Amino acid sequence: MSFFFAMLFYVAALILVLGLARKIFQYAWTPAPLKIPTTPAPVTRSGVVLRLFREVVFFESLFKSTKWTWIFGWMFHMGLFLVLLRHLRYFVDPAWVPTWVWLPIELIQPFGIYAGFAMVVGLIGLFLRRIFVDRVRYISAPSDYLWLILLFFIGFSGLMMQFVSHTDIVMVKQYFTGLLTYSQGELPVDFPLIVHLLLVAVLMILFPFSKLLHVPGIFFSPSRNQVDNPREKRHIARWAKALDKQETN
Amino acid sequence: MAKAKFDVPELTEYVDVPAIAEGAMAHLSPFVAKPENNTDLGFPGELVDDWHDKTLEKLNDLRKRYRSLQVYLDACVKCGSCTDKCHYFLGTADPKNMPVARQDLLRKVYRRYFTFAGKYFPKLVGAEDLTRETLDEWYSYYHQCSQCRRCSVFCPYGIDTAEISMAAREILDSIGYGQKYCNEIIAKVYKIGNNLGLPKGALADTLEGLEEDVEEETGIAVKFPLDVKGADILLITPSADFFAEPHVDGLIGYGKVLHEAGVSWTLSSYASEAANFGMFIGSYENMRRVSRRIRKVALDLGVKRIVFGECGHAWRVAYSFLNTLAGPFDFLDPDYPVPQHIMEFTWDQIQKGNLNIDKSANDDMTLTFHDSCNVARATRMGDKPGGQIEIPRNVIKAVCNNYVDMHHETIGEKTFCCGGGGGLLTDDLMEIRVKGALPRMTALKNVMEEEGVTHMAAICAICKSQFTKVLPYFGMDMDQIVCVHQLVSNAIILTGQKTEDDAQEGEEAQEAEA
Repeated sequence: MSFFFAMLFYVAALILVLGLARKIFQYAWTPAPLKIPTTPAPVTRSGVVLRLFREVVFFESLFKSTKWTWIFGWMFHMGLFLVLLRHLRYFVDPAWVPTWVWLPIELIQPFGIYAGFAMVVGLIGLFLRRIFVDRVRYISAPSDYLWLILLFFIGFSGLMMQFVSHTDIVMVKQYFTGLLTYSQGELPVDFPLIVHLLLVAVLMILFPFSKLLHVPGIFFSPSRNQVDNPREKRHIARWAKALDKQETN
Repeated sequence: MAKAKFDVPELTEYVDVPAIAEGAMAHLSPFVAKPENNTDLGFPGELVDDWHDKTLEKLNDLRKRYRSLQVYLDACVKCGSCTDKCHYFLGTADPKNMPVARQDLLRKVYRRYFTFAGKYFPKLVGAEDLTRETLDEWYSYYHQCSQCRRCSVFCPYGIDTAEISMAAREILDSIGYGQKYCNEIIAKVYKIGNNLGLPKGALADTLEGLEEDVEEETGIAVKFPLDVKGADILLITPSADFFAEPHVDGLIGYGKVLHEAGVSWTLSSYASEAANFGMFIGSYENMRRVSRRIRKVALDLGVKRIVFGECGHAWRVAYSFLNTLAGPFDFLDPDYPVPQHIMEFTWDQIQKGNLNIDKSANDDMTLTFHDSCNVARATRMGDKPGGQIEIPRNVIKAVCNNYVDMHHETIGEKTFCCGGGGGLLTDDLMEIRVKGALPRMTALKNVMEEEGVTHMAAICAICKSQFTKVLPYFGMDMDQIVCVHQLVSNAIILTGQKTEDDAQEGEEAQEAEA
């Protein structure tokens, strides 16, 4: 069992990292030939950074749109973020990181215990919306429901371990820090833990082939990441330059 | 009220988000281009035999050339944020007019042929085979999108359906399945110089007529120059301004402002069109070819500045793309932005106090302003973000006493398209044009009833034409749509112009003498 999970997580991590790197490289390499920021848009680079920050942290555009989706979506994502920070304690030895990085994480980590609830409630809200709003039901494919179910069970199994049937978390930590140094430990055999880890591995493997690509995608979205300065600065793509060279006025 | 072969939606206090009605607009497609319309633009005349392979080839080509397309096809999570934002969905209830569903028509094919999940688990992720029916569906629904970008405002990833529509139309063009309206018009620009096909002689006659009209009305000889070498400013304006109502009153307004500013300016017969339908069909090459006519004229005439007239999508191509497509413009005066909007020019003149304004000339109207979609969401005016929303209002308020905004959810960056943008301003699409106008008509009716608004000003040739045609369907009057520069024209007192007061005083003086 321990060996199976070791292999599974090595493979899953590899697919996640290589898959994402491939997509990020593709997005970065593909030219954006025209200036298409959705305006009013920032006229400076730092303005764009701020715009993306608001978008990523507060879901600004979604907030403008529909408050219900925003509340559930934001609860889920922020819950997930806090839970992930909390999870760092299971992989990272504080000795590996400088104090100024680790201290804030450690201060936030207690919230991560309860953020799991926010995450699950958000997911339930999003699921109900998908079923009951006719417009959203119409645009949903089976995978759209399955993602919510997968994430729900990841959250649910995690909460089970925290609040119902405790797992030997010290052992889990030893196992995963061990994986990082290629020395294999033992994994406690608990049903919620097995489910939890299995589903997380599935998520990692499917991530680069799915709509979860919205995570890198947002940073490459020209309507959000471009500076509004087409008159001040000539913007031209590689392939468009070639057209210019073909004919010189 | 105009007669309609379809049900005209009724105006109520709010636009309710309708329950979806599948297939409600599936019957509507614009006229297909004739072979010569396509070949003029460098596309195959008719649907090619190997359309299946060619479609996928083009899709693959486009996703490698446009980051927007690649990212937008991948990133959508189907959150539903955009589903109630499109005026065409609100007006028709057809679910395929929801932005995400419209994108999915292309996305399902992308997934089927270009993604791992779609290749091996098509049902799971909603991927579908490309069939002949797919093309017809694309042709129908990608011509029910005005590329207005309202959906992109509300998308958490900024996914812009306009980008997808443009890509789909370019794919259709590339396999010989083009739209008559757009392609015919672009060919007219290549052959004659403008969308309406007005040759130089007709333009000269029209401009001469305008000069006579203005002189008769004001006693001042305001010139409307054409093809004048060595003029400082090249004015590029939508060709509708040369003869359509109310557009032409706007052109008179530009003429008066330029006259009062004391600058030398000219129109061009070779580049007598601000609009650039190359954008509607998503074709960089055609958009570029149209744009470069402006560059050529600017060089030939030796002008120092380029100013654009009132037009929405045109201003998008001009503001956002012209420098890219036809630049660099290092041969023009670097003290002025290239290009400049006539609204920026006029606002600058007003601020400098160069214009003598009598606001009371517009007292017979209470005005509101329709933000043109592409001006509001794809361009800027002035130095600051949002200038494109403020400056036109500043100009209106500077020349009118009575101004009221429509509901805040329907203006500014959230403005609703007029319903006729993006290559839809053709009679064969009248049904979607009328239904898509519903949200704007509702907002207008509300301010008419609550605030006593009588007229709506616009700064886009398409908006003006669309409203002129569509207002009567909703029981309103076609004359209620006016140009911003028409208002300027009404209020401006030209240097040396005798006003009614002067005339009256003169008469009184004569009487006293007698």
